[in-house]
Amino acid sequence: MIKIENLSKTFDENAVLKGIDIEIPEGQATALIGPNGSGKTTLMKALLGLVKPDSGTVTINGTKLNGESLYRRNIGFMPQIAQYPENMKVYELFDFIKELRGQEAVFEDELIGIFDLEKELDKTMRVLSGGFRQKVGATLSMMFDPKILFLDEPTAGLDPYSSQQFKEWIRRERENGKTILITSHLMSELEELTDHVIFLLEGKVRYQGTMGGLLGESKETKLEGAIARLMQENKA
Amino acid sequence: MTILARITQNEWKSILRSKWVIIYGLIFLLLTDTLLRFGGSGSEVLLSITNVMLLFVPLVSMIYGILFLYQSKEYIQLLLAQPVKRQTLYWGLYIGISTPLMGAYLVGIMLPLAWHGLLSGESLIASLTVLLLGASLTLIFVALGFLLGLLFYNDRIKGFGFTIVIWFFMAVLYDGLILVLIFTLGDFPLEKFVIISSMLNPIDLARITVMLEFDISALMGYTGAAFNQFFGSSAGVLTSSAMLLTWMVIPLTVGLRVFSRRDF
Repeated sequence: MIKIENLSKTFDENAVLKGIDIEIPEGQATALIGPNGSGKTTLMKALLGLVKPDSGTVTINGTKLNGESLYRRNIGFMPQIAQYPENMKVYELFDFIKELRGQEAVFEDELIGIFDLEKELDKTMRVLSGGFRQKVGATLSMMFDPKILFLDEPTAGLDPYSSQQFKEWIRRERENGKTILITSHLMSELEELTDHVIFLLEGKVRYQGTMGGLLGESKETKLEGAIARLMQENKA
Repeated sequence: MTILARITQNEWKSILRSKWVIIYGLIFLLLTDTLLRFGGSGSEVLLSITNVMLLFVPLVSMIYGILFLYQSKEYIQLLLAQPVKRQTLYWGLYIGISTPLMGAYLVGIMLPLAWHGLLSGESLIASLTVLLLGASLTLIFVALGFLLGLLFYNDRIKGFGFTIVIWFFMAVLYDGLILVLIFTLGDFPLEKFVIISSMLNPIDLARITVMLEFDISALMGYTGAAFNQFFGSSAGVLTSSAMLLTWMVIPLTVGLRVFSRRDF
């Protein structure tokens, strides 16, 4: 389980997270929703230890984060913008991360197949298209079969076919009991993939709970409508 | 193999691939060889090499350090999302980028010195001094470039600006400024001031060490003369070596602190 208590973060006088309390349930998929600049990426980076919070604590499977690194053995992270060392070849990058983690890349071949990466393995990152870089990021984050997946806008930049394959994979992982945290601008996608919702607005948690609960509360049938309503209420 | 070694090795691979470092080494090789062919006796050539080295090595090392850090942003993010300690990554990056540059300098100068016979007999110590000092300056200024890159992680223009200013100050202005001070305050006993002020500049320190080695303090500025007088040769070399070491340790320690605390 992932527990976040009273987490705050300010960048250059710009308060991005303002005292956030969240529990992300284990073995389920959670959608992290919020308008641009609401702190989704910062929150994800805080969970990875990339961003150091000003105050508050993050506990992941019993490990309280304070410069810890080993807990990340259980985490796969797919960043929003996939950029990798320019002059490294795809297979070299895979090999390097495998060596660093010292874990077996259980799903490597399967993911390379799904994302049609065989022909790209021998290319350097520099010549790879944005979509393929995204696929490299997806493969890197999922090939070690981690218990926890953090996916930041995973399908942005993927073609429809790959996007479908990707979602299929996520559904399978969810059934296998993985803890998944996912952000996306496509509400329909999140509706398909997740059971829990965390809605961030201006650095605070506006809603957290089940998808069904949110729809019921707002008397909407679609997630998009429910979120729009919450944002409107906030303005009023 | 440890994680540190893997990171270092990966840096080497990518640096060698970019060929930058090889060109840098070749420049030193050509320069040294040309000077040795046309430039007269051994110690004169070694002095010329030292003068080029004192200007060139700090500038290239610092720019290389900061540039490499800026280029590695995504890479750093990627590695920090893995089970890798920040401290391990920091040392891996530093060792990985500073040692090839140091190696290029050493090989570039050592080869011509060797085939012109300056790595034996009475020139040996002087040659080794030049080699060692260049290597230390490389390590120091890559560390400084690294630190500046970390301090101005999201502001490249400031980062590069400070790099150039610091280099210009240390390599060009420093000795002149001290000379001006000495002329204006000529009536006071200034030896201690001069000695302390040269300790505060690694390039000056390297200059003085060479000078003590070649015993030509009169040729290389007022600071050197005072230093020589005050310390006498062997104690002077020891002191300046200790100071050079300090110049390496401080930026690296501060850099590690910044690296451990900042957001990526």
